[in-house]
Amino acid sequence: MFAYIIRRCLATIPVMAIVALFVFSLLYIAPGDPAAVIAGDQATPADVERIRASLGLDRPFLVRFGEWVFRIIQGDLGVSIFTNLPVTRMIAQRIEPTLSLMVVTLILAVTIAVPMGVIAAWKSGSWIDRAVMGFAVLGFSVPVFVVGYLLAYWFALELDWFPVQGYTPFERGFGPWISNLVLPAIALGGVYIALIARITRATMLEVLQQDYIRTARAKGANQATMLFVHALKNAAVPIVTVIGIGVALLIGGAVVTESVFAIPGLGRLTVDAILRRDYPVIQGVILMFSFVYVLVNLLIDLSYTLFDPRIRY
Amino acid sequence: MTIERRSLFKVAGASALAAGGLGSLAAPALGQGAAGGASARTLRFVPQANLANFDPIWGTQYVVRNAGMLVWDTLYGLDENLAPQRQMVEQEEVSADGLTWTFKLREGLKFHDNTPVTSKDVVASLARWAVRDPMGQMIRAIQQELVAVDDRSFRWVLKEPYPKMRLALGKNNAPCSFIMPERIARTDPFQQITEYVGSGPFRFVREEWVPGARAVFQKFDGYVPRAEPASWMSGGKRAMVDRVEWVVMPDPATAAAALQNGEVDWWENPISDLVPLLKRNRNINIDIADPLGNIGSFRMNHLHAPFNDVRARRAVLMALSQEDYMRALVGDSSDLWKSLPSFFTPGTPLYTEAGGDLLKGRRDYDAAKKLLAETGYKGEPITLVVAQDQPITKAFGDVSADLLKRIGMNVDFVATDWGTVGSRRALKTPPSQGGWHIFHSWHAGADCINPAAYTALRANGDGAWFGWPKSDAVEAARNEWFAAPNLEAEKAAVAKMNKEAMEFGLYAPTGFFLSYQAWRKNVSGVVKAPIPFFWGVTKS
Repeated sequence: MFAYIIRRCLATIPVMAIVALFVFSLLYIAPGDPAAVIAGDQATPADVERIRASLGLDRPFLVRFGEWVFRIIQGDLGVSIFTNLPVTRMIAQRIEPTLSLMVVTLILAVTIAVPMGVIAAWKSGSWIDRAVMGFAVLGFSVPVFVVGYLLAYWFALELDWFPVQGYTPFERGFGPWISNLVLPAIALGGVYIALIARITRATMLEVLQQDYIRTARAKGANQATMLFVHALKNAAVPIVTVIGIGVALLIGGAVVTESVFAIPGLGRLTVDAILRRDYPVIQGVILMFSFVYVLVNLLIDLSYTLFDPRIRY
Repeated sequence: MTIERRSLFKVAGASALAAGGLGSLAAPALGQGAAGGASARTLRFVPQANLANFDPIWGTQYVVRNAGMLVWDTLYGLDENLAPQRQMVEQEEVSADGLTWTFKLREGLKFHDNTPVTSKDVVASLARWAVRDPMGQMIRAIQQELVAVDDRSFRWVLKEPYPKMRLALGKNNAPCSFIMPERIARTDPFQQITEYVGSGPFRFVREEWVPGARAVFQKFDGYVPRAEPASWMSGGKRAMVDRVEWVVMPDPATAAAALQNGEVDWWENPISDLVPLLKRNRNINIDIADPLGNIGSFRMNHLHAPFNDVRARRAVLMALSQEDYMRALVGDSSDLWKSLPSFFTPGTPLYTEAGGDLLKGRRDYDAAKKLLAETGYKGEPITLVVAQDQPITKAFGDVSADLLKRIGMNVDFVATDWGTVGSRRALKTPPSQGGWHIFHSWHAGADCINPAAYTALRANGDGAWFGWPKSDAVEAARNEWFAAPNLEAEKAAVAKMNKEAMEFGLYAPTGFFLSYQAWRKNVSGVVKAPIPFFWGVTKS
């Protein structure tokens, strides 16, 4: 197991290198010019050119790439072209809201979706099953921002239960922290709940056909034990896999959710950076997201051993 | 069926409105910034854009200039009559030949680090500003010397008279001549400063700055306001709240809801779709933000056919319907726009319609087609580069595509984002090789009240704004304005400039438009101005 973890960790190095090369090259060939954005709309072409030169954007690709890689190896993601702040500091400023949103969404989604899927499989073909599947289709179909606006309308403006927007750091207390996250987490979690519920239902349906379930039934095991202990554990591997894959969905959805609820997280940082062509920030954030994704996949792989003793690394 | 974002704004706005009554009874929800202080001494403001950097000389975006106004003071300041008034300056003397300007600073000026403002700071600040600002560059070109005489006096000696000196030092166009401590002002004008110390009525709380989310300004107790009442950038800049928090909200519907729910106090630029809904909320005031408005721009590339021929440019002007552009932008709100047969801001002293007949009356597509045919145009693709992420340029681009087709042009519509337009418009290569024929922009009316900061109306070829128009007649008229000794002479010069620029088809103005600002009724002192001014604003 330990050797496997080491091997997987080492394997992240070429993955990250490819991501780095890809991100840098893509940004290099992408149209757009941060110098023009900095100079403002009234600036003359000569001003823009001088700013570009001062930022080093007029230097050859290989020189810029080499310098960037050299800094990355030292753990330095560079400095934002616009804010003049280190990218690591900007990420640090923004990581808590995004992480909070993702964790709350994840907890909410798993807590709701897994029982939904299990019950839908158990009551397969019934109105409960259809209702769950209908909800799943809705979750897939309705965009996050629509759900966001509707939630803000009912629960923030009509009922005044939650704030419309913003984020309160955890250090100011659990209550204020969670009150800012409930609506965004529900909005963001819709697709995720739908995905997990569908996979849970499908895998549970398969497992419930197995002989050992029939045996458990014949031996008089109670329904809940049979569903949530015997069946769910054996259905867990694909469910956990989907939860892991869904992290990418959460990262993508966070961009929209953070805009709708004015949460100062990494999603908004990324969008702002892309619109302004703030290359160091874009590169830093994408590298970080890639690393997180690789890490999540590693954790998912390791978790398989917990659910299926036959799996060994 | 398709769901349009604009419709969703309305749903969101309507929902916010429906809850307006409840919102007024309920305590404000805890939102961003609220935890930091929901008291009446904290004013929460939603700016037009993100404050991504904070060097008002290095970066000339309006949002940086607006934030800069809180932190840095200027030697002069434009008042609501568009006249420069003394601000940091106590008095000035001009020699009889107009070549030597001697300025004296008023007493008690202090930076936020509690060091006194001296003439050395002013000299360094002006030297940095003059590299980047068009008027500053003109002064620099005729500068003999700029020196500190003593702690409170400095002298600017010129080789030629420059009658617009007070305007240059007090104008509101970016970059403004903000005064910084000498150690900061010595930074290369093309490099960003790293310390934000000013002498204005508010100090910047750097440790609370989260670019893209929040910027905080704290009242500076050491600021000594002038005795006169405040008038835009001039007079007594009295901070009436302890703290101003800028809360960045990229989504207009969220900003509308937050304003209605009392989570923010003042919104700089509500979109016109939401204005009717906000107007009906009894807790919210809504009014024109900037009486000087904006001028829409249809910018043609003078380097490449067919727009290197004045007849093609005039063909566009004679077919262009400003009403179409304005209605695409502001909808049915007739009070938000007007036709503009001019390049200058309506309602200001130098406004003129000389030469503007081409933009008036019935639009004549047949005549335009005929004129275009005379240029030898034979249906080659016309590259129209349109930024889709800016509501203004997106609306203009759609109208232009239709207009160009009507006059027989083969439109190559390039839908892109503003960042790409920003770089592509700088390319002089032919449109078929990555260049362009047309792009849209808009100019703040405050920049178009006179030729001083009107970069887009320069016609000096390679040195001109994108499109690189070259017209000696336009430039000559511009120079006449700079040399004009009085208002009548200025008016004559501007009328001549407008006429020449129209005949030359320098660019096509697509109309004059205004926008709103909205604030809660417990906030008072909000003024109509080109910049949101925070002095004199109170919150109960």
